[in-house]
Amino acid sequence: MALAPETLSRWQFGITTVYHFLFVPLTISLASLTAGLETAWVRTGKEKYLRATMFWGKLFLINIAMGVVTGIVQEFQFGMNWSDYSRFVGDVFGAPLAFEALIAFFFESTFIGLWIFGWDKLPKRIHVACMWMVALGTILSAYFILAANSWMQHPVGYRLDKGSGRAELTDFWLVLTQNTALAQAFHTLAAAFLTGGAFMVGIAAFHLRRGKHVPVMRTSLRLGLITVVIAGLLTAVSGDLLGKVMFKQQPMKMAAAEALWDGEKPAPFSVFAYGDVDKGHNSVAVQIPGVLSFLAHDDFSSYVPGINDVNKAEQERFGPGDYRPTIPVAYWGFRWMIGFGMTSFALGALGLWLTRKKFLLPRRLRTGEEEVPRLVLLRAPLGARLSRWYWRLAVWTLAFPLIAGSWGWIFTEMGRQPWVVYGLFQTRDAVSPGVSQGEVILSMTVFTLLYAVLAVIEVRLLIKYVKAGPPELTEDDLHPPTRIGGGHGDGDGDAQQDRPMAFSY
Amino acid sequence: MELHDLWFVVIAVLWTGYFFLEGFDFGIGVLTKLLARDRPERRVLINTIGPVWDGNEVWLLSAAGATFAAFPEWYATLFSGFYLPLLAILICLIVRGVAFEYRVKRSGERWQRNWEHALFWCSLLPAILWGVAFGNIVHGVEIDADKEYVGGLLDLLNPYALLGGAVTLSLFTFHGAVFAALKTTGEIRYRARSCATWLGLLATGLAAAFLLWTQADQGKGSSLAVLIVALLALAVAVGAIRAGREGWSFAFSGLAIVATVAVFFLVLFPAVMPSSLDEKWSLTVSNASSSPYTLRLMSWCALIATPLVLLYQSWTYWVFRKRIGTQHLADSAH
Repeated sequence: MALAPETLSRWQFGITTVYHFLFVPLTISLASLTAGLETAWVRTGKEKYLRATMFWGKLFLINIAMGVVTGIVQEFQFGMNWSDYSRFVGDVFGAPLAFEALIAFFFESTFIGLWIFGWDKLPKRIHVACMWMVALGTILSAYFILAANSWMQHPVGYRLDKGSGRAELTDFWLVLTQNTALAQAFHTLAAAFLTGGAFMVGIAAFHLRRGKHVPVMRTSLRLGLITVVIAGLLTAVSGDLLGKVMFKQQPMKMAAAEALWDGEKPAPFSVFAYGDVDKGHNSVAVQIPGVLSFLAHDDFSSYVPGINDVNKAEQERFGPGDYRPTIPVAYWGFRWMIGFGMTSFALGALGLWLTRKKFLLPRRLRTGEEEVPRLVLLRAPLGARLSRWYWRLAVWTLAFPLIAGSWGWIFTEMGRQPWVVYGLFQTRDAVSPGVSQGEVILSMTVFTLLYAVLAVIEVRLLIKYVKAGPPELTEDDLHPPTRIGGGHGDGDGDAQQDRPMAFSY
Repeated sequence: MELHDLWFVVIAVLWTGYFFLEGFDFGIGVLTKLLARDRPERRVLINTIGPVWDGNEVWLLSAAGATFAAFPEWYATLFSGFYLPLLAILICLIVRGVAFEYRVKRSGERWQRNWEHALFWCSLLPAILWGVAFGNIVHGVEIDADKEYVGGLLDLLNPYALLGGAVTLSLFTFHGAVFAALKTTGEIRYRARSCATWLGLLATGLAAAFLLWTQADQGKGSSLAVLIVALLALAVAVGAIRAGREGWSFAFSGLAIVATVAVFFLVLFPAVMPSSLDEKWSLTVSNASSSPYTLRLMSWCALIATPLVLLYQSWTYWVFRKRIGTQHLADSAH
């Protein structure tokens, strides 16, 4: 079987990118959540907030290490495996990447160093400001790279140069602010916070089920649940917005997401479909009438074009060829994304309701700081068995958004095939002509194996530190320096000379 | 001065920043086996760059991103052409980054030793490979009419380029040793000084051979001047470290790296990747660059961002300015 030249490069990009994105949403959200917890400590002076900051901060660092190193590969991969793509779009695509590095990456990397090593070098207000800087850096970096990806989904603000045939940038502001980029960034960031919130809920539930580290984990649980509910709602809202944008810009992707072969009016939403791609129709289809029209255009009766219609239209526009993505991947990717994402949101909403403890409850149901929040429903507490079930489910919650995020991106990226820049440039024209199949096989094998080993190491470390629980505080932790560089303002210079560092590698 | 000439300078500055800063990072990584006698000393060395190595590495990502934006043709030809060396560098950077963060996360002897091996090898290899890559870029490689590299892996391992690799390795290790002497206290500081003296002499010999070869091969008046600066700076750096003037020595070992990179780029200009097959197939600043609009936009970004980056990164170095010794290590029971 002869492989198409782009097949291996596509697999490699897919593997490395999905892998990178396992760490990205956690990094984005945990940076802000950790910064929030530290801010709570600085403002209230309550020890539980500091312990929570250190606990989540540690998990955040284990995770960001992997996020950073897997990200390095992405910066070079365009040139290595997709050199013709890089030549064609570099003028447009390179700018957001360079902005990202010059502005966001420097921010993140510099201030995370200050945060890790700065516990005994920086006054607490400056220390917490460093974490906010990291959080800002992660969000900015996400925005720039999503603007770049959105340009591939919906190219704007460019012209084709007659002489060289390249895309040339004409309006950078438009590239940054087109509705695809805005909706994509809104959706991705909301989903990232859903992921971080669920991560917090899962780990807090793990400890609360055993009745351990209650004050810290109670706080974390509530923070996580609130994050899950708000971010979950925003994810749904932004997903709907993004869907409407996609129906306009990439009808093929949305038709494939619904396995809608022929345009219908009104168009149904597919619950389950099994079809024959070669013949271009479904053999089994379970549908809810009219809902797809509503998703696309906010009414229950409008026309939505199907896969075959769009394929025909694109053949007329771009010449002969097959313009269909892999339908089953798009169809199921779309469903797993929504299913897993909304399941974690539902569990979060349930948890928020079950663990509320104040005001309207009879006194005997209220719990103190040192007790596990009693799961209450209406008037009677949940039975012990039901409580156990809830904690168990809550632990599993942490995996759902990760799965949803991966499938969401697989759907987004595979749904636009065969295009790498939609309507402009096809994936098969994008690969590096000078790179042999052997080289790509080698690099793909090496990356896959290395990433797999590192993933095992990372997950085992996370488990170790999750089980260890929040650290006990020392006097030094509670009394950070008052001057930059580590002075405490009490003039015992010599005694401070040989104090061990708060953290060292 | 045209915009693409300016961007040639910006790219050169980004690479220079990378080699200056990550130079001593690589050097420290190599020295964990050459200089440190036991685990506490290795940890002291690693912690001299602990808070800053990540920020230093971003200079590379910026150089790559800026090349993509300003010279897409260069980015495409270089990274697809030097595929396997670049793959090796990336693998090393991945393992090295994780090694920094994860080594301390378990206390087991084997665990820590494995990460220390990884740190050494993954600092050594990129330090060599960057020199090999730049030696090839400067010397010119087989680029055909389609701007594709058509040579093989072995063509990249020619004597000139390998000498370039030896130069970057010795320069970085010397730079790292001087940095170690500047940042540590106790016994290791004095050992770092004597180690640096020897490394400095080695680096001076190798750099002289390589730079003179470069000059004889394709030098210009300006590159000759900078070459002399590089060699003088190395001599001053060695003298200063022998006299115990660590700060001066570090400034001059840094200047030597800056001047060496400057020689690379001066020889290169106006090409960015000369072709050894035919001069008219060479990639130059004019035929490899982006459109004027993109370059103008990027210029504003670089103009605003770069000084800020220098400002807050310098502040980081100032915050962590104190020397460290084995007595400062935190309990490793993390």
